Amino acid sequence: MAEYQNIFNKVQVREPGYPGVPLPKGEMPRLGKPVFNYWIGKIGDAQIGPFYLGFAGVASLVCGFIAIEIIGFNMAAQVNWSPIEFLQNFFWLALEPPPPAYGLSIPPLGDGGWWLIAGFFLTASIILWWIRTYQRAIALGTGTHVAWAFAAAIFFYLTLGLIRPVLMGSWGEAVPFGIFPHLDWTAAISIRYGNFYYNPFHALSIVFLYGSAVLFAMHGGTILAVSRYGGDREIDQITDRGTAAERAMLLWRWTMGFNATMESIHRWAWWFAVLTVITAGIGILLTGTVVENWYLWGIKHGIVAPYPSDLTLQDPSLLQGVSQ
Amino acid sequence: MKMLNGKTLVLAAVGAAALITGCEAPPPEVVQNGYRGLGMQTNYNTDRLQASLDANVPPEPIPAATPGGPKAKDVYKNVQVLGELTVAEFNRLMVALTNWVAPQEGCYYCHVNEGFEYDGIYTKVVSRRMIQMTQTTNANWKDHVADTGVTCWTCHRGNPVPEYVWTSDPGPGQPSMIAPTGQNVAAKSVAYASLPYDPFTPFLMQDNDVRVIGETVLPQGNRSSIKQAEWTYGLMMHMSSALGVNCTYCHNSRSFYSWDQSAPQRTTAWYAIRHVREMNNDYVVPLSEIIPDSRKGPLGDVYKIYCTTCHQGAYKPLYGAKMLKDYPSLAQPLPEGGLEAVKAAKEAEAAAAEAPEQQAKAEQAEVPVPAPAEAQPAQEAAAPAAEPAPEAQQPAAAPAAPAAAPPQLRYPPPSMMQYPPAPLQYPPAPAPR
Repeated sequence: MAEYQNIFNKVQVREPGYPGVPLPKGEMPRLGKPVFNYWIGKIGDAQIGPFYLGFAGVASLVCGFIAIEIIGFNMAAQVNWSPIEFLQNFFWLALEPPPPAYGLSIPPLGDGGWWLIAGFFLTASIILWWIRTYQRAIALGTGTHVAWAFAAAIFFYLTLGLIRPVLMGSWGEAVPFGIFPHLDWTAAISIRYGNFYYNPFHALSIVFLYGSAVLFAMHGGTILAVSRYGGDREIDQITDRGTAAERAMLLWRWTMGFNATMESIHRWAWWFAVLTVITAGIGILLTGTVVENWYLWGIKHGIVAPYPSDLTLQDPSLLQGVSQ
Repeated sequence: MKMLNGKTLVLAAVGAAALITGCEAPPPEVVQNGYRGLGMQTNYNTDRLQASLDANVPPEPIPAATPGGPKAKDVYKNVQVLGELTVAEFNRLMVALTNWVAPQEGCYYCHVNEGFEYDGIYTKVVSRRMIQMTQTTNANWKDHVADTGVTCWTCHRGNPVPEYVWTSDPGPGQPSMIAPTGQNVAAKSVAYASLPYDPFTPFLMQDNDVRVIGETVLPQGNRSSIKQAEWTYGLMMHMSSALGVNCTYCHNSRSFYSWDQSAPQRTTAWYAIRHVREMNNDYVVPLSEIIPDSRKGPLGDVYKIYCTTCHQGAYKPLYGAKMLKDYPSLAQPLPEGGLEAVKAAKEAEAAAAEAPEQQAKAEQAEVPVPAPAEAQPAQEAAAPAAEPAPEAQQPAAAPAAPAAAPPQLRYPPPSMMQYPPAPLQYPPAPAPR
């Protein structure tokens, strides 16, 4: 009997490598002979390969490579091609979108043009990869749940980098490609638009994000815990409940009064993950286009708690006779 | 199970290490400065606070000068700004100035052998202008410096050039095909964020709008971009680290723009930005022509003032030590009659305040205090300009004309650098639908 009370995988299946179901006619073949790796098997399946590339996969990798090269070379140019400074400043460097004054026009290459090109190739790469996930699901005869979840994330990505900038009339609104710079952008958009804390879609997105983490822990923990009763056959037990499913459900019914089923827990997880990015995208989409200041919007709709104030300051720029 | 225990031990050790590194050794000292529960508080590491307190102690005041005696302008030549002081007070101030600014170099940092009145050395012209700046600051910018005021020591701390100054920063050298963005390198000026590393040129010299946040619920034409917000953010990071405080020292972070929720310190900071801007434009930049290149930045602009210049990590410079009261000659531009006239005017003002209200109203219109004080610098600047030695005329001309246009920054400099405030431009207004 397998033991699951541990941190990493204890079970590694080592049969002759499984090449996968037969491919439909006209598909490119899978490449490579399967190999096994003990350490990869500690965290995932020990079998690596064979690989399927296909048109969408190859095109996606090429586009992604181009995008990353453009971003990388622009970052290197920022430190005058110095490899040492590139490494020192790596987390700070970025390819910035064009200055706002360009609006939606095409800027010179060195002043945001490269950002547009990199964005085009990155978007192409991501969409091609989506096509790949969809096509692979069809080729395997499975449902397309994963592809649609990925599509939700792509919607959020496009909102940030394409849809909202177009609605705002300025590429400069978009997110820079860079580690710290995109985080500073995140802080700056919240400050500029009066505090995202009062953006209800931001709040919903956080609920779903944190909720996803909680569901993940609950589900992973539950299934591992009942695996000694056959809980690892969780999909079987959707319709054919055994003692594992009953015990798992009883645990939650006892501890919180309500429980998911072997089927519904997966729907919970899928929807929480998908709604995280959908609500995030809506929150971004409304910012600056429909709502200017989320804090004031919150006051208007009664969601801002008032605090007593001992003294109320006046904006000094409104006082008469003050030097500006 | 044995396996489990071993791993638990490792996990516990990792967790404990994370806990220790996440906490500061001496518990921070917390000063609340807003309504409870809002995190409107300043946190101090007690060790570092003690070090900062020790580093920000003013020097002992020089004993007061004997009152009375002839005036400096009657005894010495070419005393343009401090001529109304008595000789004793004048010399006392000169000694103090030497201790504050050039303790190693001594008198001859600003004076030359040809005669102490000689203006041919740029440091003398600069220090005269700096004395005027100090006097104007203490008289006209009480919204910033209050009655605590500033002296030369506040910035100089024994250095001929204050330790903390700034020049326009073109950033690292870049190939000319890349337009500089002014951000995205690890920069101390903005606390190692990737924010624009020179928020000083646009806000503390030029008067770009610091405000970016929309003040209406729905969009009504505020075209400030997120990039502009980053420039403002950069300036705020500088102010925060210069004063050793966090955002909530001035702001209620739930609504940065709202004045009705801000702490009173924000008003001081608002005046401070205007004050620093005026000092840089009216006093520091006009001296560019006479200041040698060794004291200029990569773009050829002089060392300028920002928050750290005086504050040096303290929420009030020198933690509010009242140095100015010992040096009244720096408290205002000196009117005719010197310090005695200032004292008399203050007494008259106090008397007027004590008098019954109606009387006070009538008197205040007549009290001649502010008028001479304000008129004086203009006279002073104009009158002696003709007197100094001919060699001195050229350098002296610079401080005499504070309104002159600031010199052009030299860019692009040889290394193909450009100064980058392009993101401060507004996006074009949307086309009408």
